[in-house]
Formats: sequence, structure tokens, C-alpha cells
Amino acid sequence: MARITIREAISQALWEEMERDPSVFILGEEVGVWGGTYAVTKGFYDHFGAERVRDTPIAENAILGSAIGAALVGQRPIAELMTINFAFSAMDYIVNQAPKLRYMFGGQFRVPLVIRAVGGGGRQLGATHSQTPDAIFAHFPGLKVVSPGTPEDAKGLLKSAIRSDDPVLFIEHATMYQVRGEVPEGEYLIPIGKSKIQRQGSDVTIVAYSKGLELSLKAAEELAGEGIEAEIVDLRTLRPLDMQPVIESFQKTNRAVVVEEGWKSYGVGSEVAARIYEQAFDYVDAPVVRVAQKEVPLPYNRALEQAALPQVTDVVAAVKEVLR
Amino acid sequence: MNKERLLQMYYEMVLIRRLEERGAELYQAGKIGGFMHLYIGQEAVSTGLIAAREPRDRLITAYRDHGVAINAGISANEVMAELLGKVTGISKGRGGSMHMASVEKNMWGGHAIVGGHLPIAAGLALGDQYAGNDNVTICMFGDGATNIGYFHEALNLAKTWNLRVLWVCENNQYGMGTTVERASAVSEIRQKADGYGMGSERVDGMDVLAVYEASQKAIDSVRTRSEPYLLEIVTYRFRGHSMGDPERYRTQGEVKKWQANDPIAIFRKKLTARKAATHKALDEIDARAEMEVEKAIEFAEASPEPELDDLFKDVYVEEV
Ligand SMILES: Cc1ncc(C[n+]2csc(CCOP(=O)(O)OP(=O)(O)O)c2C)c(N)n1
Ligand SMILES: [Mg+2]
Repeated sequence: MARITIREAISQALWEEMERDPSVFILGEEVGVWGGTYAVTKGFYDHFGAERVRDTPIAENAILGSAIGAALVGQRPIAELMTINFAFSAMDYIVNQAPKLRYMFGGQFRVPLVIRAVGGGGRQLGATHSQTPDAIFAHFPGLKVVSPGTPEDAKGLLKSAIRSDDPVLFIEHATMYQVRGEVPEGEYLIPIGKSKIQRQGSDVTIVAYSKGLELSLKAAEELAGEGIEAEIVDLRTLRPLDMQPVIESFQKTNRAVVVEEGWKSYGVGSEVAARIYEQAFDYVDAPVVRVAQKEVPLPYNRALEQAALPQVTDVVAAVKEVLR
Repeated sequence: MNKERLLQMYYEMVLIRRLEERGAELYQAGKIGGFMHLYIGQEAVSTGLIAAREPRDRLITAYRDHGVAINAGISANEVMAELLGKVTGISKGRGGSMHMASVEKNMWGGHAIVGGHLPIAAGLALGDQYAGNDNVTICMFGDGATNIGYFHEALNLAKTWNLRVLWVCENNQYGMGTTVERASAVSEIRQKADGYGMGSERVDGMDVLAVYEASQKAIDSVRTRSEPYLLEIVTYRFRGHSMGDPERYRTQGEVKKWQANDPIAIFRKKLTARKAATHKALDEIDARAEMEVEKAIEFAEASPEPELDDLFKDVYVEEV
């Protein structure tokens, strides 16, 4: 086992898949000469060349649309959105084209496309550059939405995404590139659409992913100090959503908190809570509590921004609330 | 142009330069956060351009907006306080470096989605056309922004509907690390206006007087002919794209070459050559600008943070 960062994990996944399969190529803004705005593709341009590590004009529609076209005829493009906030400039391709083409044309097409996008708040970038809009993408059938929270998952899931014959939106968190963790030596894949228990516990179930996982792991440590053992289920994939580990855990603990960084209304927490009620109503001992972002566009001022974002203390408080 | 106005332009250029140099230090010291894009090297563009507008002419620009804010008449205090995220900032600490706006100064914001503000600029002009006035909307954007659909949709609409927009492309040769040649089908941005049957001109952006003259003519033409026009103003940013840019995409030699063409130094030479000012008088203006910046920093540092209770304020006009 090697201990690496999420940045290194993603970088390794891209590198290995590009070495393995010549149909895999990267396109996006500043992925080449610059080395990626988050340095994920540093060194790729020199190694793989300008054909396979394509710097594009600032033109999200052209990036996504051309990636879909190349995917249709058998290539495996990885389109990078510099940040997920720019997905809105290419929304049609992400939600209205890529996920629809196969179904609408009677199963004739394949769209083996990966869209990598960096999301998340907490860096004082202001309202248009700080969003965690993951849930809205998970609304659309035909698109797979993956958002890992550990290096091991980031690497294994990205490799699966690249090999997937369906379009996958792979969401990274801008403040988590330095998160370190163990990854297996050698080649491995992690299947898309499988949730995972990241921490065992018997008192309460915390359902989380990405930044929510980071907050929940810290909260669980704090809670353990007070004798409360939280079980953490990491969704890892938002669509297709694997509820089985969540339901199994909930049947044991009868209490759940869902943690996400995006806004609460119509969010991941809403979906998970609804499914718990649908699938395990007889086990409910307390209403599910959602921890999420306050319902405001994120402000620049640091203290205000932090007040709007979910914090470890919010997770701790939510757990105590469901245990009351 | 009279001497007073010339010296005011010089003052504004130096003020922008000093404000950003000190801003960069405050950023390094951790007092400013987020993304900050410096205008250093490009001061002649907004200074010459905005000197040519009437106050009723509207301004809108991208995130590289400190210079535009100062030229629009937003005070150094309000700019600096915004950078520090204080409640006395021009956007009350909510916007930061990229989001300065003042309705009072007819400055409709720095906008951080590349190209996103161009259709909005067309809309400002549409609103004015609808109201029956002949205000001009001045819309500034980078070279990189001319490759995104927003640009093309906005230019087409403006020409088709005879909207009074002056499109101003600040061609600083790069969109982040990508040269114009690597991203654009044509190397002169002004050629893009041809496809929309729109008049255009390419201007030296290191010469504030050339920018002023071209802008005045262009604004006048937009107003009287009631149709859009495009100015491509060729310039160069001396600093990185934003703070912390490793600048692997250009050589120090290239930067040095352009720095030898410093718009402030060029203007200084012109002013002394035409005897509009002595070196001593210009030095005094430099000192005044420096003092203004130091005062602004004091003001910003002493200003209060926004109240946490105000977090939900202004999400809607009416509280929900
Ligand atoms: C739609 C969109 N895509 C990408 C970005 C990221 N981005 C911010 S600035 C920039 C470069 C813009 O270059 P240019 O228009 O030439 O302006 P300059 O920075 O040179 O002033 C990019 C790619 C963005 N903000 N919005
Ligand atoms: Mg540029």
C-alpha cells in the first residue's frame, strides 16, 4: 500500500488509462502547457503530446459537444471542466445530450465520455465560483455521477469511469486534493454505483460523500470521545445510488444523518432521507437530519462563507439531535 | 484635452498600479483571499477608455476589474475594503476582487464567468433602447472571451437589434496560459466583428492617449449611428493570470520586453515632452497616489467585517 494524495490518485488513474488505451485522450482549458489548473495533469503534455492532452479555447460547449462526438465514433475522451461552475455554460451537453443519445436512438449509440469537474466552496471565490451543485446532475437518468472522498476511491472509480461505455460526470472537490490515504499497489478498479462503509459504528448512521465524508470522519472521531460510535456510509456514486449499505446500517442504528456540502433543498440528503423512509420505515426511531449548506449564494468574506458552509460541529450537533 | 484631465488620467493609472502592488502584498500576507487578477500593465486601456465616456454611459467588465472600478470613480477605500472582505467594500465584502460594481457610478460589475456578461451588456443597451435614450454601454472582456459562444451571440444580437454597445476586447495576448494563436481561428480579434457586419478598429493599448482618442470616436459613432462597434485594444499583463500563476507558458524575456513598454512610463514621457507637466509635478502625483493607497489600506483594515446575521440579506429583494 502506498500513501498518496487525491491529486496523485486522480493523476495516476489518468496516466495509467492513457498508457493502457490509445483511444483515451484529455481535452480542456489549461490541461496541457499549464499542467492543469489544479496540477492534476502536470507532466502529461510533455509525455503524451498535444494530440492527447489538448488545450482548448475557453468554450465549454465546444469542449463537451466535441467530446461527445468523438466518443460516439469510438474514442474515449476525458473532458475537463476547469470548475463545475462552468458546467452551467455547457449544461445542454451534460444533461440534455450525453445522457439521452443512446436511449433516444434505440440503443444504437454509446457515449464513453468522462467529464471531470472540480467543485466545492471554502476558498473565497464568490458566488459563481464556489458551488457544489452535484445533486442537480444526479437528477438526470442516463448520466452517471461519481464523487469520491478518498484517494483509493478516486483512483479506482476514475479508472472505471474511463472504461465505462456510458457518460460519467466525475466530481472532485477543490479543497480535498491534499487529502492523503492508502491505495493498493498495482492495477485495481472500483465499481461505479457501490456505496461503502468507511467507518464502523453501532449508534448512528452518517451518510455522506466527498467533502461531507471528510467532515463526517472528523465528527465521528469527536463523537467517539463522547462514547458515540457513528457508522459512516460513503455514497461515492450519486447515480446510480446504492442504498443497500445505508439501509443495512440504518436497520442496525435506526437513526441517520446525511451530510453534503450542497444546498439542502432538493439535495442528496433529501433523496437519501426519502429512500430511508420508503425502504426502512419500520426501523425509524428519529427523523433523518440533513446537514448541508445554508440557502444562500456563497459570499466572498471568509467568516460569512464559513458560516454558510456545513462544518464538523454541525455534523456533531445533528448526530446528537437524532440520538436525543 | 486640457492639462487637468491629462493629469487626472495619469493619477488614475498610478493609483491603480500602486493599489494593486500593495494589494499583491496583502494577498501574500493572507489578508486577501480568493482569486485576484491584477491589471498591472493594462492600466492605459480602462483609463483611456473610461475617460472618453459620459457618466450616463454604462460600464461592464470581467473579473480583472480593479482598474475599471477606479476609473469608474469607485474610491480606493471601497476597492481596498472589498478586497479585504469588509462591509465598507463596494460590494459589502460579498463579492471580493472579481466582483466590484457601483450602480451609482454606472459600473455594472466585474463578472467572473468568461464571456457571460456580454449578452447582459447587450441587455443593458436593450433596456436603454427600450427607454428611448441614447446611452452607450461599454463592455470590456478579454481575448479569451471571444472564443466562447456568448461573445458571438451577443455581437449578433447587438448588430441585429441596433443596440448601442461598444465592445472592447482587451487583447493581452493570453487567456490564462493560452496564446491567442492557440485558441482563436483569427489572430486579430477585430476580424471577428466582420462576420457580424460590425465596424472595428485595433488600437495600441500601451498608449493611453491613443486609447482615449479611439474610444471617443467609437463611443460617438455608437451613439450617433445607433449601432455597435468593436475595439480591440492590444495590451499585455505584466503579472500572472491570477495570484500564484507559475507562468510556465511564457518567458521572462517576453515579459521584460513588454515591461520596457510600460504604459505609465510612456504617458510620463508624453506629458513631459508636451510640457503638460514637469517630472517634479508627476512625482508629486505619484506620491499623492501612494498616500491614497496607504489611506485606503488603513480604512479597509479599520473597517468592520460584515455581520454574520446579514448572511441571508439580499438573497431576494423581499425577505422570504
Ligand atoms: C465560462 C468560464 N470558463 C472558464 C473560466 C476560467 N477562466 C477564468 S479567466 C480565464 C481566462 C480568460 O482569458 P481572457 O478572456 O483573455 O481574459 P484575461 O484573463 O486575459 O484578462 C479562464 C479560462 C471561467 N471563469 N468561465
Ligand atoms: Mg487575455
